Order: sequence, then structure tokens, then C-alpha cells
Amino acid sequence: MSSENILEVKNLTKHFKGPKKQIVHAVDDVSFSIGRGKTLGLVGESGCGKSTCARTVIRMYDVTAGQILLDGTDITKMKQQELKPFRKNMQMIFQDPYASLNARMTVRDIIAEPLVAHGLVKNKNEANDLVYPMLERVGLTREHAGRYAHEFSGGQRQRVGIARALVLKPELVICDEPISALDVSIQAQVINLLKDYQEEKGVSYLFIAHDLSMVRYVSDDVGVMYLGQLVEISEADEIYKKPLHPYTRGLLGSIPIANPKLARLKVKSSIEGDIPSPIDPPSGCRFHTRCPYAKPECAQSKPELKDVGGGHRVACHLY
Amino acid sequence: MEPVLQVENLKTSFMTSSEEVQAVRGVSFSVEKGEILGIVGESGSGKSVTSMSILRLLADTAVIHKDSKIQFAGQNLIQIPKKQLRKIRGEKISMIFQDPMSSINPLIPVGKQVAEMIQEHHPDRSKADIKKEALELLRKVRIPEPEKRYNSYPHEFSGGMRQRVMIAMALANKPELLIADEPTTALDVTIQDQILRQLRELEEEYGTSIIFITHDLGVVAELCDRVVVMYGGLIMEEALIDDLFESPAHPYTMGLLASIPDLEQDKSVRLQPIPGSPPDMTNPPKGCPFAPRCPYARRVCGQELPDFVEVGNRHRSRCFLQYEDAPRDSHNPFAGKREKIAGNARAAGGEE
Repeated sequence: MSSENILEVKNLTKHFKGPKKQIVHAVDDVSFSIGRGKTLGLVGESGCGKSTCARTVIRMYDVTAGQILLDGTDITKMKQQELKPFRKNMQMIFQDPYASLNARMTVRDIIAEPLVAHGLVKNKNEANDLVYPMLERVGLTREHAGRYAHEFSGGQRQRVGIARALVLKPELVICDEPISALDVSIQAQVINLLKDYQEEKGVSYLFIAHDLSMVRYVSDDVGVMYLGQLVEISEADEIYKKPLHPYTRGLLGSIPIANPKLARLKVKSSIEGDIPSPIDPPSGCRFHTRCPYAKPECAQSKPELKDVGGGHRVACHLY
Repeated sequence: MEPVLQVENLKTSFMTSSEEVQAVRGVSFSVEKGEILGIVGESGSGKSVTSMSILRLLADTAVIHKDSKIQFAGQNLIQIPKKQLRKIRGEKISMIFQDPMSSINPLIPVGKQVAEMIQEHHPDRSKADIKKEALELLRKVRIPEPEKRYNSYPHEFSGGMRQRVMIAMALANKPELLIADEPTTALDVTIQDQILRQLRELEEEYGTSIIFITHDLGVVAELCDRVVVMYGGLIMEEALIDDLFESPAHPYTMGLLASIPDLEQDKSVRLQPIPGSPPDMTNPPKGCPFAPRCPYARRVCGQELPDFVEVGNRHRSRCFLQYEDAPRDSHNPFAGKREKIAGNARAAGGEE
């Protein structure tokens, strides 16, 4: 029987060795889950650990501590060979459609490669039966199959990257900033494609982006990360309407609003200063160095993520 | 009032061995004193090439058409000798970029670089005096503890701090015009917010005019007084900031606004993307560059380039559907709006 959540992440921690044997606390004690057919958005500034988190979940990196359950199965410590069938079920879409496609392969080969790698097809002709419908599904045509990545625009390349991820019919797709490199007029095309596919197939997304309004639009739940930790997580609309953590408030207050009249009315709750280094993160609550509400307690003890009602969880001593 | 800068019919092309890329194809606009003018556009729209043409900071393969004019302080910047232009760059007009490392020397301490900017244009001032002013500038752009940071190297700074140093350098000589080419695109939103507020303050304090180039309509809405929308090397629409967002007068602008969700966007309503992709500028479309993607395009749109139509107070749009004789049917999104816009313009004029 399949489990209720396609993905469960428990106390996930990923540390890297930095220069001079320092430890980079990229992801620290992060827990979340994604329901079937649902989307979890992860937001935060650069260096907050959202991409590392995604890459650790997909086991691109080895886990330092914690647990990853994919469809109820613990994949945290699986060896590569064991992991292979599970890899098929979780695929990734990358930010840079220029760097993530092999320039020497035709689009057909790029999309067929995962099918071959997972032994789903015996030969190219068989692959074509799956590749062509996939190309059409993402808004390209079969005429595109023989072309190379450089012949496409950024938006079209991203469609190829999406086709490559979806051709295996994964249940979980990790989208790491899938629209950040695209022009505004193209972003909506890609977002609609992802949403339509979700409605059709019931796929789940872990959607990572820094465009907060787009994250709200695509996500059922949203988690906010700061310096490797999850500081708040809740149902998407709730977190945008009733942000609790001072960092979430500041982050939302910083988004430029594409409406000049509202922008002038906006109460400025900006965050001062820069993000501290993850090599030696601040003690207690990692946000206390920039937090306008910090109390002495905040520098001493780490606030736990607690439920403040209705599944809205926040890690802050104010609550 | 005399504008600070007037760009007239700017045409810039890049010559490759086999073809001509017509990046900017006849752009005219002006910037007034103390005004923040936004230039919005997607990649390849010609917005950056326009800004780089002003100070002639283009690659050797670029050719600015000889009939183009960039009027600044009584001179045409296209025609004056390079040596004279050098005097203007950094003193009267300065520029900041997306990547601060493109204008900061990694081998020189940041304070010294700011000081050099002042010294270059004021060789007679004393060293101590210049250093004092450089420190003041660093303080103004909110570098924490400027005395301590004066001798730090750029690599010791975060991206946001480097951007501040670049702004300090750009403002060192209190220029009349600051050209900012996507200065916040690579930054996180909280840092972007800090920088935008700072630019606003500096504009208010020094009265510097700013040309702000970006692809982000949100940033434009927060920062700019007026905006120019570019597509396919041409200006499609120009308007005061509120008018552009409240009554966009070009299908491209409408498309852009419809394709971005705001924080209130109903999630069950699909986004409305603009279909297709931007034109290839080696072979730009004959008519309106947006016609191939425009949901309202008619036959004429693919054949001829429309002229600007004044649709309101300082509001113009390059679209056939805004013509007096355009059919006012259900395929014209501006049908019926025309009179209303004209009415608004009169009302706005009456208030002044």
C-alpha cells in the first residue's frame, strides 16, 4: 500500500566540509512532508539551504543526519544500485536550461536517455513512442526531436528539461528555480505547463524559488528557510496573509509589488543587514542578529518549530 | 523644463561576420531632472544596449547610426571625441551594473577605489580631504563601520555590499544622471529592497536623475516615476507609472502584466502567458515586432510598423489598435477605452 505522503523528510541535516576543516551548516534539522498531488514551495534567500535541501532529498548529496522517506520507503542510506528504482520516481528540473542539457545530444536523445538508463525501452524506436508524445505534452513538436539544445530559446530548453524529467512518470518532481532564468513572458508558460501536468497526473512538486508571488501561486504549502533551518511552514495562503516569523514578514515586505499605488501604501518592514555565514551560524535563533524583535533568550536557545494552530508551524520565541 | 538627457532616434547594431543584429532600432525618450525613468523589457529587447549606447560603452562590433542623437548638456554624445566623453563618464553621467565586479577592481581596497573616482575628476583636492569624502560616501550607502572597511578588498564583501560600493563610486562626483542596468537582479529580495530604498533617498538628496533598466515590473512599480516599455529594439509604450499599471495601452504591456501573479492572485485562475518567444533581431519582423505573439494582431500589424499614438498625458503607445480609424470591435481591447483615457488626460492636465 502506498503511503499518504509521497515524501517525508525528518530532521534532515546536511553539512559540508569547508576550508580549514570548518563545517558549513547548509541544512540543519529540517522536517517536512509533501502529500500526493500536492506542491510544497520552499523559499528563502541565497545560501538559506533550499537547493541543498532539494539535492539531498534526491540523494545527489549524502545525508549527514535525518531521514528521507519516499513513498514510505526509507531511502536515506540506500546504495546507488538499490536507489535506482526509486530515482525513477523522483526527478529534477534545474534552474539553468543552458547548463543542464547536453549540447552534443539531440533533444530526442536527451529525453530518451533516462528511459534507456532505467531499462524502460530496448531501442530508439521504442523510445520514440514515449519521447514524441512527451515532446508534444510540453508544447514542442516532433520536428524538434532531431535538433540540438543550442537551437532553442531559453523557454524551449526548459520545456526539454521538463520533458526529460517527466518522461519517467515520476510521482515526485523537484523543481529547483525552474523559471528564474526565463523571461517574464515565458515564465507563465512554464508554470501553466507544470500545473496542468499536476492536475492531469497527480504528480507532487517540491518547488524551490525566490519569486515569492510565483511560489504562492503554485504551492499548497510553503516553507520558509533561513540559514539552513526551516523557520516557518504552513498552508500557502495562510503564510502570506498571516506571516508570523519576523523573517517571513521581512521577506514578504521586501517583495516589490507590481502595483505602484499599493507599493506606496505598503508598510515597510524591511530586513537590515546581510545573511551571516553558514560556517559559523549565530547561536540560538539564527535570525536574531537581524531580528527587530530579538530578546536575550533568542541568542541563547534555539526555538523549536511549533504548531500554533491549523498546521501553521513557526520557530520563534515570540510564539 | 529642459530635460537632462534627450535620446533621439537611437539605432545601434552589432556587426557579425555574416549578419547585422539590429539591437536598437530607433528609440527616442528624454529624462528630466530628478526623475527616475524605468526602461522595462525582456532579454533581447534592446534595453541594455540603449543604456550602453548613451555612454558609448559598447563592444567594437557595435555601430551607432550617425543620425542618432544623444543630447546631454548641449552636446551630442554620439559625436564628441572619446577624450571628452571620458570627462563626462563618472562625473556627469555614471553607471552601475548587475555585476559589481565589472566595475570594481579586485586588487584595490574598496575605499581607495571610491577615493580614486573623486581624485580622477578633482586632481587638485588634498588626499585627506578626498579620503574624508570617500568615507562619507561609504557611510551614505550604509557600509557598516566604513573606517574599518575602507581598506578591505572587494572579495571580503558580500554581493549586496559590493553593489553599495559600486553605488558609492557612481555617486562620488554627484552626477546629474545615473544609469542603473539591472543593479538588483542578482541580489536577494531583502537586499534588493535595501538598495532600492537607498537609490530613492540618493535621488531625493542629490536630485540625480536615474535611468533604471530592469525586467522586473515590481521593481519598476516601487521605484520609478515614469516608464518606457521596450520590445524588439523599439519602444512600445511610454507612460507615467500609475497610468502604465492602471491603463496599459499596448497589448505587449497588457500581456506582461497578465502573466505575473501578484500576492492576491486567485490560484484557480490560470496565468495568461504571452505565447511564443521574442523575435530574432538578425531578422526582425517587418511590421510591429510584437505582432507574431499579439492576440489582437491584424493583417496590417505584420506589414507595417505603427507610429506612436498619444493616448493620454505623457502616455504614448505604438499600436495600430490605438489609431483613430482602428475598428472598434470586440477584437480591439482599446475599443471604448480611448475616450476614457483622453478624459483622464484632461483631468490630469487640469490638476497641474
